[in-house]
Amino acid sequence: MLKYIFKRFGIMLVTLWIIITLTFILMINVPGSPFNSDQSSNETIQANLEAHYNLDEPYHIQYLLYLKSIVTFDFGPSIKQPNQSVNDLLGRGFPISFELGMMTIIVAVISGIILGIIASLKHNGFIDYLAMGLAVLGISIPNFILATLLIQQIAVNLEILPTATWSSPAHMILPVTALATGPMAIIARLTRSTMLEVLTQDYIKMAKAKGLSPWKIVFKHALRNALMPVVTIMGTLLAGILTGTFVIEQIFAIPGMGKYFVESINQRDYPVIMGTTVFYSAFLILMLFLVDIAYGILDPRIKFHKKGGE
Amino acid sequence: MKPTNVVKTTHSPSQIPDDWFNKLEKDGQEAEAVARPSLSYWQDAWRRLVKNKMAMLGLVFLVLLAIMAIFGPIFSPYQVNMQNLPNQYQPPSAKHWFGTDNAGRDVFTRTWYGARISLFVGVMAALIDVTIGIIWGGISGYKGGRTDNIMMRIIEILYGLPYLLVVILLLVVLGPSLSTIIIALTVTGWVGMARIVRGQVLQIKNYEFVLASKSFGTKSSRIIRKNLLPNSMGPIIVQMTLTVPTAIFAEAFLSFIGLGIQSPFASWGVMANDSLGAILSGNWWTLFFPAFFISFTMFAFNVLGDGLQDALDPKLRK
Repeated sequence: MLKYIFKRFGIMLVTLWIIITLTFILMINVPGSPFNSDQSSNETIQANLEAHYNLDEPYHIQYLLYLKSIVTFDFGPSIKQPNQSVNDLLGRGFPISFELGMMTIIVAVISGIILGIIASLKHNGFIDYLAMGLAVLGISIPNFILATLLIQQIAVNLEILPTATWSSPAHMILPVTALATGPMAIIARLTRSTMLEVLTQDYIKMAKAKGLSPWKIVFKHALRNALMPVVTIMGTLLAGILTGTFVIEQIFAIPGMGKYFVESINQRDYPVIMGTTVFYSAFLILMLFLVDIAYGILDPRIKFHKKGGE
Repeated sequence: MKPTNVVKTTHSPSQIPDDWFNKLEKDGQEAEAVARPSLSYWQDAWRRLVKNKMAMLGLVFLVLLAIMAIFGPIFSPYQVNMQNLPNQYQPPSAKHWFGTDNAGRDVFTRTWYGARISLFVGVMAALIDVTIGIIWGGISGYKGGRTDNIMMRIIEILYGLPYLLVVILLLVVLGPSLSTIIIALTVTGWVGMARIVRGQVLQIKNYEFVLASKSFGTKSSRIIRKNLLPNSMGPIIVQMTLTVPTAIFAEAFLSFIGLGIQSPFASWGVMANDSLGAILSGNWWTLFFPAFFISFTMFAFNVLGDGLQDALDPKLRK
């Protein structure tokens, strides 16, 4: 187990190093370099930039200093807004995005699993087809389109819920729905297919033969094994939800990190783009690592001492 | 249980009368004939795919879409970027089937140009993924041992990179255009395909027919090409079908955050993004058509992929 965690940790560090190095290489190669004085008309900004990136040093020293600044969690100044650092933006935006993301995950996981269980228990019945039809639709409709549809139908036409911003629970319903539908559909499909497989296993027949209630069989015996594949895709789903927040926050005018990120892309505010990318990548890579470890702990069938392949 | 209905044989063999037997006409050709026509793997898969209504719906939609993407603009008297400002936000009519947008451009014409871009991006990304994935996964799985270990470590590292973030990063630097979007989508996109090919190769290379090939002294490259790849085509094709909607989504997503294909091209994502403000003022058609085609194209690829997965799985053969 320890060896496995150690190996995963090593891979995580290399992945992190690659993304940090990639941002550095890209930063010095950006067309019309951000460190060009004509990019920023403001003197404060220019001074901030030079101070942070040590532009008078040769590249390898710059690189080391850049590595150091990232390790110490200092992402440097913005080049579009004077006296604003990437850290300021992250500090303001990330908690809101995190809230949105966490709510989405919780909604998606719970509703996806319930939908998947119902579909598998009514296999090939009407409910199964309905649930899976909805799931394919959920996968197919991009979240930004679903978001605009929801705004138009529910907020503008029916006027049930508010259109935008992030101030009360009622404001959260539409963005979370738009963001959670895709992951929910994926989880529902996966849960259904693994449940169908698990339900034919001998130990389930055994449980039935013992006279256990269907409720107990499903939740205590079947679901536990059926959920393993769901754990494996959590990393990918998290990445999807995180990038999803970029557009959802934009559409619903939620002042989260995603909104700042998209703004920085449109304004070509390179330090913000690079800083956010590194921060979010680190966040995701760490999550992926934790998911891997969780999977290892949850599934007793994984043998850690075995050499080679997965 | 008491035995009932026991049939007693009343005849000993010598007593069986001759007229109980009929002599069959000997017909050599018919005796050898196979009752069912023999089907190759692909014929059988196709037969099962045709029976899957949803998959066929997807396939028919995609074929029609491809035809319209190629020929659609020819039927239209309007140009993609022909602006006609006095004519902006016309609802769908006989003149403009899908209405006009904020610059008075014909949405019908732009939709088919959008189809060209989306399908091109999706299919190209899938093809490049397959090419790299087959080479990488094939070598890694076939060689095994140390080579495999190193190649898989690289994949594990790349797999950890967040896909869309890397794409965004690359596009910020390279500048968005049709070719850079395809490059950015494939830089880390091939990893999933390589994993699948490797898994298949690892499994198939232990089969007897591969051993037979080897014992004849066949070269490795030939074994990979002639034995391993044709037999792992099923999962590869399924993965390809599912890569296309991912790429189409990514392109639309990028257009949406301002890293999309720039004019004079009109991609569905750009069209949807342009018309965000318009729906609040009631001009729904500017958003509806691109949104419908993005969603339905992804839907079609998804159900086709699901159908192919079932059809190409030899275990499900009836």
